[in-house]
Amino acid sequence: MKVNRQGKLRLQKWFTSMSDREKKKIIRDMTTMVLARQARSCNFLQWKDLKIIYKRYASLYFCLAVESQENELLALEIIHRYVELLDKYFGNVCELDIIFNFEKAYFILDEFLMGGEIQETSKQIVNRSIEASDMLQELGGYAAGCPSLSPPRSL
Amino acid sequence: MPAPIRLRELIRTIRTARTQAEEREMIQKECAAIRSSFREEDNTYRCRNVAKLLYMHMLGYPAHFGQLECLKLIASQKFTDKRIGYLGAMLLLDERQDVHLLMTNCIKNDLNHSTQYVQGLALCTLGCMGSSEMCRDLAGEVEKLLKTSNSYLRKKVTLCAVHVIRKVPELMEMFLPATKNLLSEKNHGVLHTSVVLLTEMCERSPDMLAHFRKLVPQLVRILKNLIMSGYSPEHDVSGISDPFLQVRILRLLRILGKGDDDSSEAMNDILAQVATNTETSKNVGNAILYETVLTIMDIKSESGLRVLAINILGRFLLNNDKNIRYVALTSLLKTVQTDHNAVQRHRSTIVDCLKDLDVSIKRRAMELSFALVNGNNIRGMMKELLYFLDSCDPEFKADCASGVFLAAEKYAPSKRWHIDTIMRVLTTAGSYVRDDSVPNLIQLITNSVEMHAYTVQRLYKALLDDISQQPLVQVASWCIGEYGDLLVSGQCEEEEPIQVTEDEVLDVLEGLLVSNLSTPVTRGYALTAIMKLSTRFTSVNRIKKVVSIYGSSIDVELQQRAVEYNALFKKYDHMRNGFHLSLLMIINFRFFVVLSSFKMVQVCLSCLCVVPILQANDLLDLLGGNDVVPVIQNTVSTKPASAGGELLDLLGDLSLSGIPPMTAYNKNGLKIDFTFERANPNPNIAVITIHASNSTEADMTDFVFQAAVPKTFQLQLLSPSSNVVPALNQGTVTQVIRVLNPQKQQLRMRIKLTYTHKGSAVQDLAEVNNFPPQSWQ
Repeated sequence: MKVNRQGKLRLQKWFTSMSDREKKKIIRDMTTMVLARQARSCNFLQWKDLKIIYKRYASLYFCLAVESQENELLALEIIHRYVELLDKYFGNVCELDIIFNFEKAYFILDEFLMGGEIQETSKQIVNRSIEASDMLQELGGYAAGCPSLSPPRSL
Repeated sequence: MPAPIRLRELIRTIRTARTQAEEREMIQKECAAIRSSFREEDNTYRCRNVAKLLYMHMLGYPAHFGQLECLKLIASQKFTDKRIGYLGAMLLLDERQDVHLLMTNCIKNDLNHSTQYVQGLALCTLGCMGSSEMCRDLAGEVEKLLKTSNSYLRKKVTLCAVHVIRKVPELMEMFLPATKNLLSEKNHGVLHTSVVLLTEMCERSPDMLAHFRKLVPQLVRILKNLIMSGYSPEHDVSGISDPFLQVRILRLLRILGKGDDDSSEAMNDILAQVATNTETSKNVGNAILYETVLTIMDIKSESGLRVLAINILGRFLLNNDKNIRYVALTSLLKTVQTDHNAVQRHRSTIVDCLKDLDVSIKRRAMELSFALVNGNNIRGMMKELLYFLDSCDPEFKADCASGVFLAAEKYAPSKRWHIDTIMRVLTTAGSYVRDDSVPNLIQLITNSVEMHAYTVQRLYKALLDDISQQPLVQVASWCIGEYGDLLVSGQCEEEEPIQVTEDEVLDVLEGLLVSNLSTPVTRGYALTAIMKLSTRFTSVNRIKKVVSIYGSSIDVELQQRAVEYNALFKKYDHMRNGFHLSLLMIINFRFFVVLSSFKMVQVCLSCLCVVPILQANDLLDLLGGNDVVPVIQNTVSTKPASAGGELLDLLGDLSLSGIPPMTAYNKNGLKIDFTFERANPNPNIAVITIHASNSTEADMTDFVFQAAVPKTFQLQLLSPSSNVVPALNQGTVTQVIRVLNPQKQQLRMRIKLTYTHKGSAVQDLAEVNNFPPQSWQ
């Protein structure tokens, strides 16, 4: 989950099924708690039976909610790795990049994590996969054997 | 019709809105346009429209009318369409939606697509949010794909398999053949996801766990290569090679080594190596060290390794980084039961953390400090903890006060010290003390016979200063009622006795009755105290007057008491002296909860028979000496111990409700585990089965388990399977507790254990606070 300093949600990815109302409540609670934290507190919070790990990068807070047996220090590394991936892709990423290209932020996340677990530990491989998918999209990406009828339209 | 506006254009427009209302207007307009575009079945711009819809959904606006459009996009041949379609599916079509299953066929086709990126999209969607039905339908496809040699796909399929297993655990067997040679991969992504898969399987099935133990040497080798290998640009994080993989392997080793001597021995060396060679200057190195420590503590490691682990945690405690200190405190809390002495060495550092500014750290430090208190360090620790109590935030005070009382009860070096400590808590944090502490303290004071004069004097002086803290006032009133005669006779030995007259004492008590600060409960205590003094003081007339005034009080409780006390004066004057002492103790404890509506006169008469038989202390023992709620024991002692025990054991082994069992107590070789069930039909009743086991070499005989809970709960204790806990874990004693929790409050319990071990009687008290939330929610 990525939230900016005014509490606006920029990205949310759920790995367990919940009703919309529950999701909204969780986001609201988490956002309030994280934004209320003082500058030099530790990056971990306990909320019900979940641990929340958050880190602030410029104007965005990146939050992970995990089960109790997860390694918090590694979770910080996971957040950092995701930010690095975004940075490499967008070149000095800032909040506006993520706002205007939110779908790309999701695609990158989907190459890095799946079902709540890391799927690829190499930065280069993740980046290459995204670039290749983008290329496929640019070329009009039809299934093999299907001729391209019209030039690709951008979103 | 003009082409729908572009996504980025829309985003830009929406961001110019200055008010929420303006934004909502723009969104509604655009939604209308999108809806009509969907109605026209416009293939060309569907993708763009859905993307815009997803943006608006992220802002919090409803987007359900786009669900079917996502399905159409997924079915399209264009890659762009599929990409947005699957993204939309993951955001809008989770398993609670009716149309979720309609995706299944598309996903199935795309799993077999010729382009790996399309396959990737399908795998990702299935692996993140596929429902159980979908997983069941597609498990076969996933299993087939596991055989691929394409590493890009392999890692995704593996995690997809993990998700399938999580959703449909019965299908786990299906993936077993594919796990052959899982670890002979070179590709880190595939290796990482393989380790995740193995971990998932081992966690879920003891058979799998046994089966995969043979992989320990291979895992050790992989980990060794990671540490020893030179710089690898692809996986390097601050000089460490693939920390994510290292941590995952360490976690799997932990699961494989737990409880198994051979495996644990095989990993000893590598764990020592990681523990000593990892760079600690950056967070990433500490993350690995942390995981290593957790692994060392969980497996059957040799003692040298365990000490190394605890020392690492000790070093963490001195680290400047708050996160690392927090993590250290959490881990030490987990290990303090098993490696108590090793953790004791770091006691002073832990106590220093009480002064930390960070709330999370303070809480952990407090919990750990209480766990470390013992007979040797009680004086020093209590000084620190009382200082903490004075200065900490209100959210901690209640827990801290309870902890102090418990520790003081267990380890008080002298009665005087104990009373002083209690006084200190009552005067500094008196309003945060829990309600159930008051009866406990009263019992404690009763038992310290030689301190009565000192206690009542100190409490009286405290009352003169401040009558706002209710628990303090209640305990003080009770004491004055009991020992007022000692107070006025100036008999204190411990300190300078004060001069106070009967009238002054009555003034104070009457002051409590009229004060706005006193709660109804406090007033009850005060009135009862005044009444009791009628047998100790000479100014009976004054007391009679006060009591009769309150006979017409608005407060029903007070009125009832006053009326009944009046009756005592009138009808039973000759008896007043005889049984007041014990009787009024009972009334105060509301032992006869059921009888509260009865007139006290009747109670007096019935008690007349009861009181001569039982001494005050026996009564309190019947209560378990603890809380206000009576514990109704089913003493059906004729039931043969073994049969009952087996039945209860059988029930105890099934965790029917899925609530995880917990260890409630583990000290001096006696371990008590709780397992949980929900009683049908009443979901407010939690059924807890305790399993007591004894790892020492001598039996524990005459074993009695008692429990007490706070006022809002009710407790029923069924008879135990036996009262002998056999040595060396040869068997367990089980007992069933039923807890009624109509207000769904957080479950807490105080337990008292008594048994005979190697000829001497042992008694212990403990608080159980670590109930899993599912047991009381």
